[in-house]
Amino acid sequence: MTGLPEGCDLFTPGHRACGGCGPALAARLLLKATGENVIVVNSTGCMEVFSTPYPETTWGVPWIHSLFENAAAVASGIEASLKKQGRSEKVVCICGDGATFDIGMLCISGAFERGHDITYVCYDNEAYMNTGIQRSGATPYAASTTTSPAGAFSPGNVRPKKDMPAILAAHGAPYVATASIAYPADFEKKVRRAINTPGPCYVQVHTPCCTGWGFESGETINMAKLAIETGLWVNYEMVNGVVEKAKKVKRKPVEEYLSRQKRFQHLFKPSHRDDLIAEIQKIADANAERFGTDIKPKEPIE
Amino acid sequence: MLEIMEGSHAVAEIVKRCRPQVIAAYPITPQTHIVEALAQMVADCELDADYITVESEFSALSACLGASAAGSRVYSATTSQGLALMFEVCFNVAGLRQPIVMTIANRSLGAPLSIWNDQQDSISLRDSGWLQVYAEDNQEAVDLHMIAYRVCEDHDVLLPAFVCFDGYVLTHTYEPVSIPTQEEVDAYLPAFNPYQRLDASNPLSFGMYATPDYYMEFRYEIDQAQHRAKEVFAKAGREFAEQFERDYSAPVEGYRLEDADTAILAMGSICGTVKDAIDEMRDAGKKVGLLKIRMFRPFPADEIADALKGVSTVAVLDRNISLGSGGAVGTEVKAALSGSGTAVYDYIVALGGRDIRKKDIAEIVDLAEEGRGDMFYGLRTEVL
Repeated sequence: MTGLPEGCDLFTPGHRACGGCGPALAARLLLKATGENVIVVNSTGCMEVFSTPYPETTWGVPWIHSLFENAAAVASGIEASLKKQGRSEKVVCICGDGATFDIGMLCISGAFERGHDITYVCYDNEAYMNTGIQRSGATPYAASTTTSPAGAFSPGNVRPKKDMPAILAAHGAPYVATASIAYPADFEKKVRRAINTPGPCYVQVHTPCCTGWGFESGETINMAKLAIETGLWVNYEMVNGVVEKAKKVKRKPVEEYLSRQKRFQHLFKPSHRDDLIAEIQKIADANAERFGTDIKPKEPIE
Repeated sequence: MLEIMEGSHAVAEIVKRCRPQVIAAYPITPQTHIVEALAQMVADCELDADYITVESEFSALSACLGASAAGSRVYSATTSQGLALMFEVCFNVAGLRQPIVMTIANRSLGAPLSIWNDQQDSISLRDSGWLQVYAEDNQEAVDLHMIAYRVCEDHDVLLPAFVCFDGYVLTHTYEPVSIPTQEEVDAYLPAFNPYQRLDASNPLSFGMYATPDYYMEFRYEIDQAQHRAKEVFAKAGREFAEQFERDYSAPVEGYRLEDADTAILAMGSICGTVKDAIDEMRDAGKKVGLLKIRMFRPFPADEIADALKGVSTVAVLDRNISLGSGGAVGTEVKAALSGSGTAVYDYIVALGGRDIRKKDIAEIVDLAEEGRGDMFYGLRTEVL
């Protein structure tokens, strides 16, 4: 029905994203998971801008962008309308971390509390990238951004990442999951589970941004993988507020992830900031502890 | 059949008969009686709508936008601070050409906090692309809702509308009103036929961004649609008059204006007081009339100029103030009459629920005839 050539992705080629864009890959995987019977609500941000310069659109499914902060409210209205019309499309929001963790929080909280049958996907690239890499509530500790620059008296971003999945689980969301573009099949499976679970569901997908984080565009997937392998990102599912599955890893030291990104270069040059790296290692250790993700070495046989 | 009914309940009754499929609203004084009545109608299955109890006015209008884009007729109501919170969404709704009808129970804007009536709220949204009509009484408020849906949903218009009626003065006042029956409303207002909608069988992109190569044309088209709305409103008003014998087809309406030397221009419920004042002044031999402005957007500049031909002095009663400039209505009336030789004086009156009486109207006429105007009227003397 979409008029797209056979075999063409619903998120079609030709958009204006940077080479190696993590969010663009997330959008493509998202539509592979949803199929055609979906209405997408997109917040203002990189994805909206690189995918819909009038009169061209990348989206092979019905798509609406209203404002930066109201995707969840717009989705609430769409869902209500479809229900009254007896229509079957699924309603999916796709919004960046700034639109989700910060400015859109009110609308998301309202939509989740009211229990609309929507799926909200946050593509988390850990800062406001579209406006030039400013910190958001999703920016990790010690990341240098243009509004949390590292300096003589600043380690970069001074606060840890806000725990959005827990906040939405606390709203009574039946299904909350985190995912990563490094594990596409897992992300698609989680999206399918979310759209097929009645009620408001949340999927937060880690989408490294080569431009904002400062790494080579060919390294996007490796960077996403390293986030998981160091324990700084955990892929898990929460069903009715209880963590059911978390991806286990044989953890690497966080330095292996940090040292490859410009946003953390101040931890290594001009001096090696063991103190700050130790703080970040503690975050990874706490994640592993909380979600039980460490693969323990086998006990030696006596 | 006339019934004695509170203004808010009368509006809720007509909204029900307009059959919105989705209602999203957030409580704010003095709009609450409307949305409470609608909630009860939904609870009692009198109205087959999904009622979204949003967490803010910002989400109320955002949810209406989504529902409208998905193909449903929608409704909301707000006022004052609530409308201010919707500011960003208002521009977006008009830009996305969604024919949403929203009642504004006109109220002043803080600070200082005031729950009382003036028209600062809707007037402050005059550049947003929404059509704006103002009711003088509750019958007109009821009827304008039906006409507004007809006009907004017309494919030559596709714009949203505020139906404005004064907070408390109308919303909380019991008046005799005739509420058209469901059959009569159905005969006048056809089912919603969206021009385009979000639909998986025909995937379209709504709300794309426009580069400098395209942006201006979108704004031009909204402006053109505003101007077309005047004719569509006139036609919808004439058809309404044929069916219901109440005529709102004109964007402005004269009262004892034929041989008037001085005209008062006003909008909303204040027109009732002005008419009484004019009757008394006429009895005393003064040639005074009223030009009531029903439609503020699109602004009926030509109709105002036409109606005021032969009038030498005009006193505009503005229940709003564009701080640092003047009353919004007065400013536009001056532009409409520029070069005509008619003297136009603006009076900022009755802000924040300040009462205005017949003797005040008479005094304003005297001031205008003496050439004294462009002023706040009725201030406490200690600030002067």
